[in-house]
Amino acid sequence: MTEKTQFFTGFEGEQKLQLESGQLLGPITQAYDTWGTLNAQKDNAILVCHALSGDSDAAGWWPTVIGPGKAIDTEKYYIVCPNALGGCKGSTGPSSINPETNQPYGTDFPVITVADMVHAQRALMDELEIPKWKMVTGGSMGGMQALEWVALYPDLVQSCAPVAATGQVSPQSIAFDAIGRTAIVTDPAFNNGHYYGSEGPHKGLATARMIGHVTYLSEQSIDDKFGRKLQEKTEYGYHFDTDFQIESYLKYQGDKFVDRFDANSYLYLTKAISYFDLPKKYGTMDTAFESSKARFLVIAITTDWLYTPEQSKAVVKSLMHLNKDVTYVEIDSHYGHDSFLIENEDLSDSIRLFLENV
Amino acid sequence: MSQHIRPFLKRISELTPDNSRVLDLGCGKGELLKTLRDRRSINGYGVDIDVKNVKECIRNGISVYQGNIVEALTEFQDQVFDTVILSHTLQEIYEPKKVLNEMLRVGKKAIVTFPNFGHWRIRLNLVLSGHSPRTKTLPYEWHNTPNIRVITIKDFRRLCKESGIFIEIEEPYFRSKWIRTILPKWTYNLFSTKGLFVLKK
Repeated sequence: MTEKTQFFTGFEGEQKLQLESGQLLGPITQAYDTWGTLNAQKDNAILVCHALSGDSDAAGWWPTVIGPGKAIDTEKYYIVCPNALGGCKGSTGPSSINPETNQPYGTDFPVITVADMVHAQRALMDELEIPKWKMVTGGSMGGMQALEWVALYPDLVQSCAPVAATGQVSPQSIAFDAIGRTAIVTDPAFNNGHYYGSEGPHKGLATARMIGHVTYLSEQSIDDKFGRKLQEKTEYGYHFDTDFQIESYLKYQGDKFVDRFDANSYLYLTKAISYFDLPKKYGTMDTAFESSKARFLVIAITTDWLYTPEQSKAVVKSLMHLNKDVTYVEIDSHYGHDSFLIENEDLSDSIRLFLENV
Repeated sequence: MSQHIRPFLKRISELTPDNSRVLDLGCGKGELLKTLRDRRSINGYGVDIDVKNVKECIRNGISVYQGNIVEALTEFQDQVFDTVILSHTLQEIYEPKKVLNEMLRVGKKAIVTFPNFGHWRIRLNLVLSGHSPRTKTLPYEWHNTPNIRVITIKDFRRLCKESGIFIEIEEPYFRSKWIRTILPKWTYNLFSTKGLFVLKK
């Protein structure tokens, strides 16, 4: 959240949101940030969706792409980025107060999906009086939201640019998320999700983050950055404390994460990711995109083994099969999944040039 | 614009109906598709493996698939394009027969151009110097050329015949412009530096 973060509460009273699970949720608050101004024609609005651990401060986590004169130019476009439903950065999630009990929801919060996030964003779109998105974009889980937007609201999306995403989360990434969730729920401090007011499952969450972080890197980037180098020593310690630099780095990432993220949100958001499967939901990938009128820019990273180029290509191939307007770009970067957050000229150029032609 | 596209452009443009849907394999910076779009209002789609080219296509407003030609071709349904173009790329392709058949599966018509290795100067060069052919149109050394296929006009005709592909138009290229010639066809392979074929199934 930033100083200028705004809040919108909808789905109040009887107008609750029917979730994909069938459960009802309301009211729903969404924290969101905006940049630029909506023009008179109201045709310059761009929705940016964040990844698992992101927030509404898109210019903060995607400074290589969003800003004045950047690919998504804050001087040209009206950019909206909401914190995802289920998150812990201002939007309604498991750490929010349940109006029925006046206590935090904890694990009484209903399980949500990527489509539920999108439905909530649809209400925000109305609130901001945006008739159509010029583009919906985002990386990783943000890219999944972008694809779901096109599937759910084909008439409201002029162009869609998923980056390092997938239309069907692979069993391998489900596996890593499952390990992360297990680390959290088996932490003695988890207390079945009702840990607010006490320390909470910090060890479990830190471990989950360590596992997640490995999946965001690549073999080569770990090699380049750390190799087998030892941490502040020249010889093995012959104990179970930190020996290697990579160990120390992951431990640091894990510890840093618990200060800024809620363990329950981690459970809910990774579950939403695990459930994300357009072919299952719509019958086939083609059916998901059939009614879309959007132009697509699908971007994959060569070394991304979490959401691989092959998975992006499955989306692209479906769109090609449907004769839709799709451009596929494969960014050659050795930083793995995280490459989308790192300065890369090909990535930002592709988005900028694509947007100029939408 | 790449030097090999320019002489073909006018002719390809003439051969492309207005408002048709065109696929360009090995589209480079998308110049051909852009020109066809501006002149003929075509709806174009490109395939190229080089990200620098792909970015130029995006700049030109041309939708493009970054990757392998065969991989891209197999994703399209039958006959979704009016014209599929393979301009000066055939000599770089591993599976030319498969590509030609796929082109005519996804497209109603294929336009193929390639440098003719049967040209008399290339033949003479090989005989006299003993070196692998190098000319203005084929400037590479044998060890660094992307041109893995040595094609002559005569060979290409035979490949089409074997593959059951009908040659609708065949045009030779003399002295920097296409001319309809009264010369017999056997002379094309000797005197033409490039071949242009319009194919159907």
